[in-house]
Amino acid sequence: MKTPEQSITAENSGAKAADGSVSKAPDNSGAINKGRSLRDDAWDSLRRNRAAMIAMAVMATVVALVLFAPLLSPYDIDSTDWDTISKGPSLVTAHWFGTDDVGRDLFVRTLYGGRISLLVGLAATLVSLVIGIAWGAAAGYAGGKVDQVMMRIVDVLYAMPFMFFVILLMVFFGRNIFLIFIAVGAINWLDMARIVRGQTLSLKRKEFIEAARAGGVSPFNIVRRHIVPNLLGVVVVYVTLTIPQVILVESFLSFLGLGVQEPMTSWGALVNDGAQAMETAPWALIFPAVFLALTLFCFNFIGDGLRDALDPRDRRTN
Amino acid sequence: MLSFAFRRLLSAIPTLLVLLALSFALIRVAPGGPFDTEKTIPAEIQERLNETYHLDEPLWQQFFRYLGDLLQGDFGPSFQYKDYTVSELIAAGFPVSLKLGGLAMLLALLVGVSVGTLAALNQNRRTDHVAMGAAMTGISIPNFVLAPLMVLVFAVTLRWLPAGGLNDWQSYVLPVISLALPQIAYIARLTRGSMIEVLRSDYIRTARAQGLPTSEVLLGHALKPALVPIVSYLGPATAGIITGSVVIEQIFGVPGLGRYFVQGALNRDYTLVMGIVVFYGVLIILFNFLVDLAYRWLDPRVKL
Repeated sequence: MKTPEQSITAENSGAKAADGSVSKAPDNSGAINKGRSLRDDAWDSLRRNRAAMIAMAVMATVVALVLFAPLLSPYDIDSTDWDTISKGPSLVTAHWFGTDDVGRDLFVRTLYGGRISLLVGLAATLVSLVIGIAWGAAAGYAGGKVDQVMMRIVDVLYAMPFMFFVILLMVFFGRNIFLIFIAVGAINWLDMARIVRGQTLSLKRKEFIEAARAGGVSPFNIVRRHIVPNLLGVVVVYVTLTIPQVILVESFLSFLGLGVQEPMTSWGALVNDGAQAMETAPWALIFPAVFLALTLFCFNFIGDGLRDALDPRDRRTN
Repeated sequence: MLSFAFRRLLSAIPTLLVLLALSFALIRVAPGGPFDTEKTIPAEIQERLNETYHLDEPLWQQFFRYLGDLLQGDFGPSFQYKDYTVSELIAAGFPVSLKLGGLAMLLALLVGVSVGTLAALNQNRRTDHVAMGAAMTGISIPNFVLAPLMVLVFAVTLRWLPAGGLNDWQSYVLPVISLALPQIAYIARLTRGSMIEVLRSDYIRTARAQGLPTSEVLLGHALKPALVPIVSYLGPATAGIITGSVVIEQIFGVPGLGRYFVQGALNRDYTLVMGIVVFYGVLIILFNFLVDLAYRWLDPRVKL
């Protein structure tokens, strides 16, 4: 079990290592071998985490499938095969996942749907990342009244039933995919802002920030050059856990018929179609559902693994 | 305690106002009106309609009129269901949603806390791995995926349970389980984490050293402090169940508020949609307030 002081040193050395200026932990108490950065430790710990490594492999496979979709099937996303309407998976016709009720190939549709789902996941996470880091770092670094007001705004927004607002937005302004990015990103930045603020508060008391301030670096540059790079560890974990949430929200909207529109599709939309036809064509539900669940699974496992690896406090429990 | 409750209640007011203003603005900037139909209505009728529903007044005036009505518990008439007021529709739909959601919450707490505790007691052994693997599955499979799959298995194929409606107790099984599962998973993970922390503390070791049986250590000493993070999760859990109910009610054809919401949004039934958002928003704010009170009671160290 680590004492609090040791945890603090670990955090300290990690911060410096991430800064790129000091790579050796100064007082790695009792260490005879050469110093290890927190990053080395984290990487080792992650590699030992079998679930996370398997998840990464599976995720890589899914991404490869989705990217190379056109090469893997003779069919395209929107053309009807009149001979096979609502037929199950078949190797003879090369409809690996079967066809839907208008004869479109479900293998191709599932993979193209994956493109949309993953794209929304990444793009919306990026939106929430930018807003969250900017807001949190500004509030944490400014401190005092500014901090109080900014975090109070986050608290107020936190209590809003945003899912309902997003549904309304989708209904009113058409089912625009960019609107999904913005809307979903706008919900998820709140958590990010809180986490980043907390980290910033503890970072800004560190000596290297003090040094930068004494050297006359402007507050904006201190945040940009010294605070933000040191937040990356926490942010990476959070990003891996946000992506599945975002994919989930997009699927939720598409499931209600409010997400992406025909002829494009996403996993949520496919699950919705499949659910309506499941009594006669269960494959239309099962394949997209498996892809969606598998992806969420993998991101959650990777995120958990990264968190365990990067958080020195949690390591003792494993 | 009383002054704390009062202060906490006061701080909910700005949240409430933002909620109202935001939803009002959102609905009013929406393109398309509640009376848009295929054929064009004569201008005079359009004017009369706007006049009756005060749509001809300036926006701020409409907003304050709405606030004033709300204070008297009046959500206005529904634009779509002509003979009903929004209050009547909420009164009809909410008990159904409450019954489903309440049962789901109860199930989630019971199962989640038990599974989490079991995992904590067997930390890093097989039971723990199985339980946490299952929890991860629960988090990763969205309930709108799980619900149709369960219908496919239990209603369509095995014919054990009805696929929709809410007539007898059997018809509650699938919707309640699909609503509860993600929450069970989160609660189990939270409980495991906090229980491991608590079980490591000195006073638990003392209790054990005195030879108390495990069950007594758990129920008498460990459970209450371990529940603190669960209580603070109740707010998000409620929000999650409410959001989930939108799709679950749709899938199972349950006549609850979630279904009204989707229908209302698609019909541009401004007052109904607004009423439901406000209603649920207020409910969540109120619930968070109660949770904060409970939190203080459970953990006297907390200063708010």
